Amino acid sequence: MAEPPLSTISGWGRQSALGRELVGEDLEKLSLRASLSRGLGRSYGDSSLPADDQRTVLNTRFADRILHFDQETGAIRAESGLALSELNRLLMPRGYFTPVSPGTSFVTLGGLVAADVHGKNQHRDGNFGDHVTALKMRVGDGSIIECSPEEHPDLFFATVGGMGLTGHILEVEFALRRIPSEWVWQENRRIHDIDEFQDALEEAASEWPYSMGWIDCLARGKNMGRGILMTGDWAEPEHAPPTPPKPGFRPSLRFDFPSWALNGLTIRAFNELYYRKQWRHESSGIVSYASFTYPLDAIRSWNRMYGRRGFTQYQCVLPREAGRSSARRVLEVLTARGGASFLCVIKDFGRESCGLLSFPRPGITLALDIAVRDDTQALVDALNEQVLREGGRIYLAKDSFTRREHFEAMEGKRLDEFKAVRDRWDPERRFQSAQSVRLLGD
Amino acid sequence: MRVAFLGATKGMGRALARLMAERGDSICLLGRNPEDLERSAADLGVYGNGPAVPCVPCDLENPESFTTAIESSSEALGGLDAVVVSAGVFAPQEELEADPELVERLLRVDFTNTVLFCEAAKKALLAEAAGTLCVFSSVAGERGRKPVIIYGAAKAGLTRYLEGLDHKHNGDGLRVVTVKPGFVKTSMTAGLQPPPFAGEPEGVARQVLRAIDRGTPVVYTPSIWRLIMAVIRALPRAVMRRVGF
Repeated sequence: MAEPPLSTISGWGRQSALGRELVGEDLEKLSLRASLSRGLGRSYGDSSLPADDQRTVLNTRFADRILHFDQETGAIRAESGLALSELNRLLMPRGYFTPVSPGTSFVTLGGLVAADVHGKNQHRDGNFGDHVTALKMRVGDGSIIECSPEEHPDLFFATVGGMGLTGHILEVEFALRRIPSEWVWQENRRIHDIDEFQDALEEAASEWPYSMGWIDCLARGKNMGRGILMTGDWAEPEHAPPTPPKPGFRPSLRFDFPSWALNGLTIRAFNELYYRKQWRHESSGIVSYASFTYPLDAIRSWNRMYGRRGFTQYQCVLPREAGRSSARRVLEVLTARGGASFLCVIKDFGRESCGLLSFPRPGITLALDIAVRDDTQALVDALNEQVLREGGRIYLAKDSFTRREHFEAMEGKRLDEFKAVRDRWDPERRFQSAQSVRLLGD
Repeated sequence: MRVAFLGATKGMGRALARLMAERGDSICLLGRNPEDLERSAADLGVYGNGPAVPCVPCDLENPESFTTAIESSSEALGGLDAVVVSAGVFAPQEELEADPELVERLLRVDFTNTVLFCEAAKKALLAEAAGTLCVFSSVAGERGRKPVIIYGAAKAGLTRYLEGLDHKHNGDGLRVVTVKPGFVKTSMTAGLQPPPFAGEPEGVARQVLRAIDRGTPVVYTPSIWRLIMAVIRALPRAVMRRVGF
């Protein structure tokens, strides 16, 4: 079989690398020749990019067959390239939804596991990995094995949140959750500053299964961290519209915005409008699950808004022990440097995940979308130093700028444990990504 | 609709079979790899939310398997309303030029054996008094072109065969649907630079299913390729000698 041609492979933030991309339905055959799996390329940074241009990555998007689905229990097993969007389209009308969903549905099952994604219900239901019952994998010695919390648990827990570095995920088995309808009862509330936000999220956690907040990152002083708290719960059939939501028109950004399009002024104008849109203190209503869970999926290729240089998302978690104003201190680092974030999201985490290197821990998480500029490295460095002082850590699925020494300091013992599993299952480091070389050294 | 499907495990065939299963058609899968068939059968079973999808061994490289395979699928479904063929071999011209055995295999599978399979399918469908034979050919067969000389020749032959079949048997209740995909983003075309107007398998599937339902004899998909190919067919030889496509 011919070698795939050298091509440019990009992450969602449009960071790219030269490499070879294998594409096909037969993961068992193709995975022997690849050093990393990637799916729909929605990780923001370099997690899904080859370590160097000699490396071949395996694109799993055409391996998307559902191998088993139990209508009674919701247990499902599928090939790892199955997209969440397709799963939703097919099984939501039958009353099932993924127990944990990230903010986009254009993600594969393999990606959900590798990044051990969290959603608006993290405080209640944990991460995706908490609901995975088994994985079929191609591991470092070339064999194919099944792992689960009981079988090869070390491999399983390192693979959940392991960013593809423990082997190729070929199949994923997990449990879907019953939903009463495809509609969500959503309540929005205006929040006046960052400290109120932390309290409000904590309060909402006991009452709502889904919650998150949007922050106007440019507001300073006493308004710093003002925004909108969004909470939701599945609507019971008797409250929901009688028909399922229609998939709306999804326009696509077909060209790159010029890099100056998103500047302090345009972002400020957008944020002001968005904040004022929530003119009442509180509002509520029934919305489709898509508009509640995947607002950004409404515009395909929205990453082109950031122009050719792309963007990065800085997402960190600040542990509960860091106290009430930890988020304020991190935002201050951003505003002090004049950093403008177009989209800033805040969410509380309720618990650690089962994954060895998974991101969440009890506390508060901030996610800041930042257009890449000459000073982005310095900004991320400063943010990381603050997060280190708070005892927090960053989310690998979003990262492309963190330095190795910062990452090691954040992860400490967890990283040693992860490396030990990697040594055991892949001593020759057959599995690598551009990110693993940057942050782990190999 | 009861459909015998050769090539439903991959690409456009997979997308079309899923669409059929989702609306409640009964499908019997034909193919050479039993394990792969079983996986697709499971998938289509979930899409169809109905009874198990039967599988029947059939290898496009082995014409002796054809009649039995079609008979078995007819038995499994209790008759046949349609036979779909989306299986085939593809290789870029450079690869073929370096490998005479591959050339022989491609011509045999994509032309000779596909025609033989259609002959067997035709008999079964004519015996049912009415039915649809839907076969994936290609726009590559529309004009001799540098990047697809061999593949295009096989598909040109197949297209002509299907055209003749339609002319002869249309009055007998056999509806022949010739699908001519343009560039579609599947694993088959992975590694090739997609031109503008490249299609997705799901879009192709929707269009083909409509054609099967209506008995449209020729489908260009995505539709824009009807126009593109009209232009390419009209180009003078002197131009075709110069251009790269």
